[in-house]
Amino acid sequence: MTTLVYDGSFEGLMTAVFEVFEYRYGVARIIGEENHQHHAFFDEVHHVSTDNSKADRVIQKLETGLGRSGVRQLLLVYLSERQDAGDLILAAVRQSVKNPGADILQNFGDSDIMEIAKICKSMSREIHRLHAFVRFEELEDGMFFAKVEPDFNVLPVGFRFFKDRYADQKWMIYDLKRQFGIMYDLKDTTFFYPDAGQLDRLRNPDNLYSEREKKYQKLWQRYFTKTNITERKNMKLHTQHVPKRYWKYLTEKG
Amino acid sequence: MNFERIQEKLEILADAAKYDVSCSSSGGNRKNKGGLGDSHASGICHTYTEDGRCVSLLKILLTNHCIYDCAYCVSRKTNDVKRAAFTVEEVVDLTISFYRRNYIEGLFLSSGIFKDSDTTMERLVRVAKKLRLEHNFNGYIHLKSIPGASDELMKEAGLYADRLSINIEIPTEKGLKLLAPDKSHSEMIKPMSFVKNELILYKEEKKIFRKVPRFAPAGQSTQMIVGATNETDLKIIKVADHFYQNFNLKRVYYSGYVPVLEDSRLPSIHSQVPMQRENRLYQADWLMRFYGFEASEILDPEQPFLDLEVDPKLAWALRHREQFPVNINTASREMILRVPGIGTKSAGKILMARKFQKLGMDQLRKMGVAVNRTKYFVEFESSNVFSKFIDDQNLRKILLSGMSSKYQNPFSQQLTLF
Repeated sequence: MTTLVYDGSFEGLMTAVFEVFEYRYGVARIIGEENHQHHAFFDEVHHVSTDNSKADRVIQKLETGLGRSGVRQLLLVYLSERQDAGDLILAAVRQSVKNPGADILQNFGDSDIMEIAKICKSMSREIHRLHAFVRFEELEDGMFFAKVEPDFNVLPVGFRFFKDRYADQKWMIYDLKRQFGIMYDLKDTTFFYPDAGQLDRLRNPDNLYSEREKKYQKLWQRYFTKTNITERKNMKLHTQHVPKRYWKYLTEKG
Repeated sequence: MNFERIQEKLEILADAAKYDVSCSSSGGNRKNKGGLGDSHASGICHTYTEDGRCVSLLKILLTNHCIYDCAYCVSRKTNDVKRAAFTVEEVVDLTISFYRRNYIEGLFLSSGIFKDSDTTMERLVRVAKKLRLEHNFNGYIHLKSIPGASDELMKEAGLYADRLSINIEIPTEKGLKLLAPDKSHSEMIKPMSFVKNELILYKEEKKIFRKVPRFAPAGQSTQMIVGATNETDLKIIKVADHFYQNFNLKRVYYSGYVPVLEDSRLPSIHSQVPMQRENRLYQADWLMRFYGFEASEILDPEQPFLDLEVDPKLAWALRHREQFPVNINTASREMILRVPGIGTKSAGKILMARKFQKLGMDQLRKMGVAVNRTKYFVEFESSNVFSKFIDDQNLRKILLSGMSSKYQNPFSQQLTLF
């Protein structure tokens, strides 16, 4: 069996898929560099160097076969950061090539496709939670800042929501786990990768808050308490909807 | 802003509004063009209270001063509670400030009737108008219409709000007369009919003119209190069905009565909130809206209450064994939706997947079907050992032994043998 090792980028992964067909590998695995050391001691290893033109050809081919939403689903599988993401995507591409004209992502009786559907479901849930649980805090310069730590890498597919919603305010969402953020300057959204000094300030922005920020937070906390009906208390249901790992960034839980 | 005073008002007026359940933010689709806010058709719950209910809107009363004396309401005239009132500006500021921090999807504004219907309604409309016109706010706004409000005000309300609603409160006129002597169903239905007609009018005008000002794009809803009077579930379902059929309602909400006041006309202050009954009513409501069930199929005069042990779809299936087993690979969508344990999403998956290959129990399980219930009601090309149970007298018992209810009493004396 051949193991293809790519650089971790989506384009790299797509290049790897291309090369599986190019070199006619029968049984193959695709794995990201960061996961590679744990695997494949005995396999033949093929190092993929990312080639955007090869990646584009795969993406275009998939778009004709599976549509834009199909490509998006495979992108979600990639962003799930699962070790077997490459293998599942390869399986889907193989099926798609074998069955031109069929939307093979709906073949839910197949275990690889069902696995992809499951990943997409948990990714959608996480994206939804990003939309629901981001809590912006107003800084002195009028910027609205939020820290997140999602289970999967959902910020790149989830940020548009905030652009549509907060068109008239500057905002920034920072992923603490993956150490990148997205910021909006009233015109465009851009990715940013802070240096060590910036990182320190982003982690502890307490002295950067606007004067009224804490007051609105207090109002929200009081509202949250008062809108609860104590006679109906049901903490099991509560934590099912708001898992505890999200609590530390939720203003109402402060 | 005097934050301390605002906080005090917020505490009083959120506390008084908390029993209203119609707080979803779905059905709006207001696109943002450079201002603040955007409403999606599906809406988002931003957090959940400790009672497990979702918070998507800032749900408050404009004031809890009220000239009415409805027995079930904490804001009733004769109840000795702290009173407060927000100004229009205060509600607008809270909405905008909470929205900017991504706490909420918008505003749900209700009010005690503080002078007369129109004065109150006018003040509610003014909040919505200010948000839309002065602050370019495109988030969700739900206004609680005031019974007896004039057509002109209802018309204006519909121009700025996404959804309008009037609580029918008590399902029967008789019950309402007993508990809310100042209110009548006809007064509630009048603005409801007006909104319904305006919605129809809007649709027709929209076909002819391109630019018709939108009217309550998320439609209207209502709410009934369950268990404050002794109406049957059949009556409640019939009333809900009547509103769905005749008023094009988007939602009917059911609110299990929370005993808050001592009153001889009401259940005792120590009685339990009928949460399980409320849950079963929502399930029945879902069957009517998404599963193609008629109200008359769910309950009949011989059995006017929903089974608390099993959900209404399973109850229907147990009464109609002759319809089963259903062949998963050939049955119509309609019949697949009637199989216990299969929801609308799994039904969709089944219909897609069976184009590719024949399905069996294993695949159903992987699709997220509740196989522990489903297995007795389906058949495949390959054999299904469970389908023989469909004629078993004890199927109900067998099913119950394989399920656990979230409402099961943890202090139950009943012990099981195994």
